[in-house]
Formats: sequence, C-alpha cells, structure tokens
Amino acid sequence: MASRCDFEGSNDAGCFATLTNAYAITALGAAENFYSVFEAELADHIPVIKTSVAGTRLVGRMTVGNRNGLLLPNTTTDQELMHIRNSLPDEVVVQRIDERLSALGNCIACNDYVALIHPDIDKETEEIVADVLGVEVFRQTIAGNVLVGSYCQFTNQGGLVAPQTSVEDLDELSSLLQVPLVAGTVNRGSDVIGAGLVVNDWAAFCGLDTTSTELSVIESVFKLRDSNAAKIVNEMRASLIDSMI
Amino acid sequence: MEPAMFAAAPQAGTFMPHQTQGHVLCCLCGTSITPNPTNMCVNCIRTQVDITEGIQKQVTVLWCKSCGRYLQPPKHWLKADLESKELLTYCIKRVRGLSKVKLVDAAFVWTEPHSMRLKVKLTIQGEVLNGAILQQSFVVEYVVERYMCPTCNRQNANPNAWVACVQVRQHVSHKRTFFFLEQLILKHSADESCVNVKEMHEGVDFYFANRAHAIKFIDFLQTAVPIRYRHDKQLVSHDVHTSNYNYKYTFSVEVAPLCKDDLVCLPAKLAASLGNIGPVVVVTRVTNAITLTDPLSLRQAVLEAGAYWRNPLKPMMGSRQLTEFYILDSEVVAPTGGYGHNPKWALASCEVARAADFGSNDQTFFARTHLGHLLHAGDSAVGYDVANANLVDPELEKAVHKGLTLPDVVLVRKSYEERRRRRRARGDQQRAWRLKRLAVDVGEEEAAAQKAAAQQPHHGRGMSSLEQEQADLERFMQELEEDPDMRARVALYRDPNYQAASAAAAPRQQAAMSDTDEEDGDVPEVPLEELLDDLAALGLDEDEEEHGGGGRHGGGGGDAMME
Repeated sequence: MASRCDFEGSNDAGCFATLTNAYAITALGAAENFYSVFEAELADHIPVIKTSVAGTRLVGRMTVGNRNGLLLPNTTTDQELMHIRNSLPDEVVVQRIDERLSALGNCIACNDYVALIHPDIDKETEEIVADVLGVEVFRQTIAGNVLVGSYCQFTNQGGLVAPQTSVEDLDELSSLLQVPLVAGTVNRGSDVIGAGLVVNDWAAFCGLDTTSTELSVIESVFKLRDSNAAKIVNEMRASLIDSMI
Repeated sequence: MEPAMFAAAPQAGTFMPHQTQGHVLCCLCGTSITPNPTNMCVNCIRTQVDITEGIQKQVTVLWCKSCGRYLQPPKHWLKADLESKELLTYCIKRVRGLSKVKLVDAAFVWTEPHSMRLKVKLTIQGEVLNGAILQQSFVVEYVVERYMCPTCNRQNANPNAWVACVQVRQHVSHKRTFFFLEQLILKHSADESCVNVKEMHEGVDFYFANRAHAIKFIDFLQTAVPIRYRHDKQLVSHDVHTSNYNYKYTFSVEVAPLCKDDLVCLPAKLAASLGNIGPVVVVTRVTNAITLTDPLSLRQAVLEAGAYWRNPLKPMMGSRQLTEFYILDSEVVAPTGGYGHNPKWALASCEVARAADFGSNDQTFFARTHLGHLLHAGDSAVGYDVANANLVDPELEKAVHKGLTLPDVVLVRKSYEERRRRRRARGDQQRAWRLKRLAVDVGEEEAAAQKAAAQQPHHGRGMSSLEQEQADLERFMQELEEDPDMRARVALYRDPNYQAASAAAAPRQQAAMSDTDEEDGDVPEVPLEELLDDLAALGLDEDEEEHGGGGRHGGGGGDAMME
C-alpha cells in the first residue's frame, strides 16, 4: 500500500525517512504524526526507529541502506550510531563511512541486490557499499543527472525514475537492475523521486501532494497492490525479457 | 549548486547514443505526455495556473454625460465614441496588471449603451513555470460612472466665464474694418477658443477662458491689421497658502484709424523720412502695414504698424466725405520726378465735375490722379472735394504755411455706383455669393442705442445706426468685388439661393440683354470659380451649426449623443 504523509508541512517524505525491507528510520520531529504513519503501517513487521543523523533531521538524504546493512555519513555522532545499532536487528550491519559526498541518500540508490552510485564516489566507498549492503555496484547517472539517489527510487519489485529519462536510458537501467522501471513523478509533478518517496517491497510513503494518478503509477510499478501482483510480475518479466533479447 | 549536480557535457567527438524522449503520465489527469517542467498536460496547467491573476477584471471609468468624454487620469478628458479605436486604447490602458503579460488581442463585446457597462475581451500570453507559454482570453468589465468634467461643470455654473478679454477698438465712423476682421477671423477660425463675442461702441470685445488664448488671438490680429495694445489685470482672488493668484486679464487693442481711401496729410518729418512723399497722400491698402500713395507723383510708401504708432496719423478726410464726380476728360501723362512709382497705377490729368452739380452749373475742376489706367471720359469716380472742404488738421496748416498748394479734387477710386443703380433698377442685383457672419452678442449700451434708433427712425439728418451698418456692409461687399487682393484674404461662399433666382430671371435678362449689355458690362463681380461651396450646400448645415455652437458654448452636443 502506498500512503501519503507529510513531515511538518513538507511533502518530501523521502528526505525525512529511510525505508528498507528490514527496518525504517524516521526523523525526530516536533510532533509524532510522521512517525505514527510509519509505525501504523510497519510496526507489525519491522522496527521503526526515530533518530537524527549528524544532528539533522534529513535522515533520508544522509543515510542509505537495505535489508543487509545501513551506511551513515562520517558526520554521524557516536551517540546516534550507538542508538541506531542498538535499535536495529543484529543481522543488519551498520557502518559509518568516510566519504566526501556525505549525503549518501542522494548519491546512492539501492535495493537488496543492486546499487547505483554517484560517478565521483571514492573507490573505497564503492567497496564498502558492495560489502556492507551486499550488492552489485554500478556507477550511473539518471537522465544525465549524477544524483542517482535523488532522481530514482527502486525496490526488488520495480523502480521509478525521473520523467526526463529517455527510453534508451530506461532500458539500460532496468537491465542493470533487473527490475521493471517507469518514468514518473511524485508530489504533483515533482521529478525528484528520491526526495518525495520512500518505498520497500510492500509499503510506500509519499508526500501529501501526490495525486491519485501518481499514486496509481507508484502502486503498480512497485507492485504494492495485493490483488493481481503475480499477474503483473509475469507480464513485466515477459516484457523485460523481450526487451533484453 | 545546480550545475555541479550534472555530469560534464560530453566532449565533441565522443559517442552520443540516440536518445528517445519517453512519455510520462500527466500528474493530474493521467494522459500520456512528454515530460515538461511541470509534468502536467496543457489542459491541467490551464486549470492550475491562471495567468490572468493580478489583472483587473472590473474597472470603473468616469464619463462626463454632457460632453461624452472619458477621464484619463490624472486629469485629461478623452473624447471617444462607443466601440471606437480610441475607446479601446483607453480601455486597455485603464486595466492594471497588463504589463506583466503579453497582450495578443482585444475587442469589444457588445453591450447595451444604457447598461453603462463596457466589456472588452482581452487575449493574453503569459509565461508559466520555466518558459511554458500559455494563452488565455478573458473579459474585462468597465463600469461607466457619470461624473461631470470640470469644463462642463464650469460651463454649467457660468457659461460665459471668462478670464481674458480682448477689447478691439477702432475710432472711426464706419465698421468696414470690423467686417473685414470678421471675415479674416472666420477664415482662420481664430475665434475657436472664444467664449463670447460682444459688439461694443466703436469695436468688439472678444472673451476667452484662458489668457494664452487671448494672446494667441492678439498675435493673429497683429498679422492682419496695424494694432497696438496694452494689457491690464485685475486680481480676483488669491490664496496666501499656495501663493496662487487668480486674475482677470484685459487687453485693450487699438486698430489704427486709417482705412483704405482715407486722405492723410503727413507731418513734414515723416514725409521727409519716406523720401519726400506727399505730403497729401491716399491710403491705398491696409494690412498689418499701411500703404500710402501720393496721387500726384504715384510714389508709394509703406508704414509698418510700429512706425505708424510712433507718430500716429489722423485721416484728414475719411470715406464719409467722398463725393461722386463725373470724368469729363482724362489724359494719361508720364510721372515726373523721384522713384518708387508703382506700376499698378497710371498718372493722368482729368477734368471732372461734381455729380451733384451736373445740370445746375458748369463748374469743373482739374485733377491729377493715380487712376489713369481706369478712368476714361464719361466714367464716374469718387474722390474728395478738397476745394470745398472744411479742413481742420494741424499738419495741413503747417504744410500750407510752408507753401503747399492743395489740389482741388483728389480722386480715390473709380465709381460703379451709377451702373449698380441701373442694375438694381432692372432687378438683378442679387449677388452670387455670401459671407459668413460671426455670432456676435450685442453689448448693453449698444443694444439700448439700437432700440432707441428703431423706435424713432430718422431722427435728425443722419442715418440710423442700423442703416449705417447696412450701408457699411454693402460698401464692404462692393470693395471685395472691386479688389481681388482683398478678396484673396477672405473666404466667399456660393449662395445656394442665387442659382434659382438667376434661372427665374434668365428670360427677362435675355430680353433686356441687347440694350444693357454694353452699359454695365464692366461692373466688377466675383468670378464664380473663386467661390467656395458652403457646408450648407452639401447638406451639412445642421452639423456645422452644432459644432459652431459647441465651440462657443462648450458641449451642447452631449444630449444628442445620449439619444
């Protein structure tokens, strides 16, 4: 299910939350509204953690993670690191990395198997990403845009990329990621998908401005609808194989 | 920050894969569109963004009912018809906020005139969200509110309110100069800004709403006749806080009392400065300068207005004293002595007899005249009977003391009086042309005098002032017929009644043709091709009247427009 929420009046749900198949992290807000939306949806399955990162509320843009691990920028304080480590399940590896491009959420996009990273990221960071998150790493751009974390969002089921992406780029990316991709928007026409949307394999959260058209695109590409999910998977896979051949 | 987010543009020569533009769904309606900055389809943008925002949709305009003008702030009043180009321009100017967008089209939407509403449909183009240009039409409604403009307000409070008055005076016994001035004023529309015209004793008063108009009018007069003027002002009110003074200005304009055909005796000094002309000379032409001709030597001198007023001359004898003479014999002689002979004239010595004496005695005079080219034996001419005149002129006395011998008779022009009289007797005296007249109010004392004259006609020997005026007008019209130079300066109009009358008279004329033809063939007449077609002849009389009235009495046409 995709749900709409806002963080203290801001539509950018993706800036204030990180969501994976194993955990969710939300920002520390003045009110509990934002957190409670996540908690209501997810608490039965995965831990939902409230924390700040490097003293900021922009947890979604500073951190990146998946089922296997969580990467934090080097500005993260020890206390925060400790808090996160204590709150996450033991199998999730939490790692603080020394990377110049410290907004990891903007520079890295990943699911449980593949990650796209900013072309200028350090070699060491690339290795850490591969080790900690247990993914295959590709240096990529989205429609000429280096901030891959901002301009796309994908899960093991599917992905949404910025609307400017050409058909050729879309084909290339989806063959790298091995998931169906579509170009789309969130928050009433915004093309910064990563900032407007957090999603895992069964839940998505986007800004309050998101229209029903956008929501239906999100639900269908991330396969969040329970009813005919298997059918869509089959169709998608068929078309995907078609285009790869 | 923004540029750094993008990868460096690929260098020239690197491989660029072909890029196919994908499609996304419009975020509102879900139709498939190519991505744009808003990621909305055009229809959705239109519903979301209103480029007419911030543009006035309802405007109040002020309209003066009595003159039909619209207020263009701050204080200009614009005359415009309904649905006219001017009104559209005005309406567009009145809409606030149009400067931010591009105006593509504008047109009136028809509204009932009584509704006091104007509607204009405007089409504008505006830029929305990074360069997308949107076009949109909308209707602006103008509420027309009645508001009397200051001009009409003043007009209604006091229609003849004046600020400046030009009092034109000429101290002579006839009104020919004013008839001529009237024609000049009409031809050049110099009375356009005139509030009121009033006839006074020995002259006319012209009233203006503005001092500048009065000055302009005086400038016009200066080009037409030799004048001098002085101005005075009277303080009406004044505001100590703003130092605003409100005056009434009066310009006293005096026209030189010399008229055409007057006989003048020049002071010795002036005569010497004009090359020893005269000293007894005839005024042959008056424009803004006075032309003096010596009938004995044909020499001519021009006295500019400035020069005239330095030593103002009085006429020794005026046109009232003209006497009719018969030419018994005329012989052209060569002019002698000096320079400056006008080739227009020819010197002749004539033997003349007074018309009044004809048949009673055999008294004849010899006269030298400048009219040698016109006068033949048997003609009649008018001139001054100097020998029998009772002359009182200080300059003349001085000249006589110095040894001047006065001529017995000075002829000034050929007379067509006899022929005209004969014509009138035959009944076809009507003129083919007519003059326009200025609408002149009669002053109070003038009116009283005329009333008195009307009640007791022919009191005493002289003519009543009304008859006098008629006679002056007749003489002025004859002058126009006789003098093409003068005619060229005024506008003569075809008389619409003349054609019918002449047609009726045609058989009678033909019958009488044989015996009258050689007798009055040379009565000067205005050639028909010189005449102007009056607006009245073209059926525009009503309009013309109305406009004339509007100019003088400010906006009487407003009510007609309302209907």
